[in-house]
Amino acid sequence: MVHFTVEEKAVITSLWGKVNVEEAGGEALGRLLVVYPWTQRFFDNFGNLSSASAIMGNPKVKAHGKKVLTSLGEAIKNMDDLKGTFAHLSELHCDRLHVDPENFKLLGNELVIVLAKYFGKDFTPQVQAAWQKMVAGVAIALAHKYH
Amino acid sequence: MSLTKTERAIIVSMWGKISTQADTIGTETLERLFLSYPQTKTYFPHFDLHAGSAQLRAHGSKVVAAVGDAVKSIDNIAGALAKLSELHAYILRVDPVNFKLLSHCLLVTVAARFPADFTAEAHAAWDKFMSVVSSVLTEKYR
Repeated sequence: MVHFTVEEKAVITSLWGKVNVEEAGGEALGRLLVVYPWTQRFFDNFGNLSSASAIMGNPKVKAHGKKVLTSLGEAIKNMDDLKGTFAHLSELHCDRLHVDPENFKLLGNELVIVLAKYFGKDFTPQVQAAWQKMVAGVAIALAHKYH
Repeated sequence: MSLTKTERAIIVSMWGKISTQADTIGTETLERLFLSYPQTKTYFPHFDLHAGSAQLRAHGSKVVAAVGDAVKSIDNIAGALAKLSELHAYILRVDPVNFKLLSHCLLVTVAARFPADFTAEAHAAWDKFMSVVSSVLTEKYR
């Protein structure tokens, strides 16, 4: 189980307070689809994903990105029980969505890069390390109910 | 997997800017690697890895210089990194999983320092480029 120190929780929560969830969600999900095009396999009904600009401007991508990051926001309020928080979503991603858990790691890393882009120097190596732990914990939690 | 003309152009043009901060980018990349992925420190028992250490700075410069060599010979990365490929295969034997971790930390560093340039398209090109570099460096492993 991932264990966050008091400092790590503070770092994560404080940065999250400054994130525009709608914008960051769209950026992170969009970049996942651009950088790793095979991830588009889960989004056949999203319309135009034919180029980087089409993807980044696609309203369905933005809406779904916002949904995903909003869920992450909920997890940040429950960092001591990520598995519990994501239990239902884990079952959903396994039984209905059939998403390979490897994709959770990819998206997590895309989010880290988007945060680096937004926060520049403030996204120090220490801040990054806390966030890598966070996204790793979320990925593990989302895979936890797979069978 | 090979780089398209557009991807090569993006890499080469961004390198112009990146190379002006090469040394600090190298150091920062390694700092990020060792903090986020402490297991990578196992390859450097002989180093002082504290922030600001001379060894860290020297090694960071070395790593980024090698990336620069790959950029300068972007049409023949395998040729440019042949010696490094042998070094990693026979002497260093760094587990292949670590190349992804280092690549990620380099991208984080570049994104933090050049946010306006690090568009989704540029991000994809750099991720692919580092993936090619990593393949070259591990291709003689077995």
